[in-house]
Amino acid sequence: MNLFDIIGPVMVGPSSSHTAGAVRIGYVARLLLGEPVKKADICLHGSFQATGRGHGTDRALVAGLLGMQTDDERIPVSLEAAEKEGMEVDFWAVELGDVHPNSVKLLLTGTHGKRLELVAASLGGGRIRVCELNGLTANFGGEYPTLIVNNQDKPGIVNEVTAALAQEDINIAAMQLYRSKRGSSAVMILECDGEIPKEALGRLGGLPGILDVAYLSLKEAEE
Amino acid sequence: MGFHSLEEIVAKTKEENKPFWEVLLEDDMSDRMAAREESLEKMNHMYQMMKKADGDYDPRLTSASGLVGQDGERMQEYLRNKRHMSGDFIGQVTARALKMGESNACMKRIVAAPTAGSCGVIPAVFLTYQDTYHSSDSEMVKALYVAAGIGMVIAERAFIAGATGGCQAEIGSASAMAAGGLAFLAGGKEEEILHAAAMALKNLLGLVCDPVAGLVEVPCVKRNVIGAVNAVTSADMAMAGIKSKIPADQVIDAMRSVGITMPSALKETGEGGLAATPAGTKAAEKLKKA
Repeated sequence: MNLFDIIGPVMVGPSSSHTAGAVRIGYVARLLLGEPVKKADICLHGSFQATGRGHGTDRALVAGLLGMQTDDERIPVSLEAAEKEGMEVDFWAVELGDVHPNSVKLLLTGTHGKRLELVAASLGGGRIRVCELNGLTANFGGEYPTLIVNNQDKPGIVNEVTAALAQEDINIAAMQLYRSKRGSSAVMILECDGEIPKEALGRLGGLPGILDVAYLSLKEAEE
Repeated sequence: MGFHSLEEIVAKTKEENKPFWEVLLEDDMSDRMAAREESLEKMNHMYQMMKKADGDYDPRLTSASGLVGQDGERMQEYLRNKRHMSGDFIGQVTARALKMGESNACMKRIVAAPTAGSCGVIPAVFLTYQDTYHSSDSEMVKALYVAAGIGMVIAERAFIAGATGGCQAEIGSASAMAAGGLAFLAGGKEEEILHAAAMALKNLLGLVCDPVAGLVEVPCVKRNVIGAVNAVTSADMAMAGIKSKIPADQVIDAMRSVGITMPSALKETGEGGLAATPAGTKAAEKLKKA
């Protein structure tokens, strides 16, 4: 937390958790998908479901999926903007079990057919946490440039990825590994201190044993 | 941030012979590895956005639930008729706090200070102070550092979210921040800043977070008014030489312990207080059906 978490952020109201945090979840999901969203199933849980409409949580999530930031004045009319852009949106009420009360599950399909399934929570003050990615556990807040690698669960892959980052002189702030079961596919989440260049991402994606690479850039967020 | 108490900030002002606001500016520079100009520019941006949000108030809007809207304009119209009892300064503070609270509820762009629900308190008193006493923007920006420093210590020692500490943590904190900033603007030194903040927070201790239908509308919009007015009177008391008998850091600790012992029905769950009244539950039921 810094001084500008106290005076700030500049945001569209009414709630930092139910509005600003929801925009952030949609925005992070859009970046992770890596292409414009064609179809979104938005499954609201707990307090997001109960008071979401009054707080504009629905419009906030869609605004984020359209690439809007928390201070974008088009947030209140994002549903209309989605329709205009041909983004198909459906809302569902769900019970996700033992998760944070401000949670949402997003099922996304991109304009080029890419799919993403994500569960995220809004923690308050606009901060968020992605808790599940494509069915596997995750735990990151999108505060760092974040690399997400989907790979075969076999020896040596972590080494390959971290070596590739070392080559670019990128320091890893936090790292998590998850898999559904031994020998199947696994997910590696690396929060980095610096941005990963595009070419390096391309090379990473081409390495043997790596199925898919997603990247959350903060530079893109500032533009 | 490197400060865990307001006394630590005061100690640093004495050690380095620097004003309160500058100690916080330098702390931000080291915290975010930012240049002095970059930090000042960012804080100035926050102030300009507060001004813009105030100017962008739309008197025609009502919130999606229909519970709030148009009262800021109602108050402004009343002030135009010159029949108000509270004087021009407090009158304008009241109108501004209502307007900003309503803008937030109507999904307009605001500056969270410290939260979205309490976003009307600081702009209401700061903008009215500047209008009345013609301070420069750079003085107002310094006052924002003072306010932010007080808010940081409150967040560090206690909390600033209604869900964790009740409304005292949101409106109470905003009021303490605004009071300290006002004391600085009025020429107060460290001592007056701390007494103003301490008195403002003391006066709102125990305030519960009981929003109707769980929305940041009723009673949040009008509580911005009491937070703002309380900041003005607390700063005036401090400038008159009146002291808080309980030191500011200890008031913050008391706010924390009150918040912890507060039942969860009174911490943003929409289950107690005004939310649980017949009128409150009726409004919530109506929204559920809509």
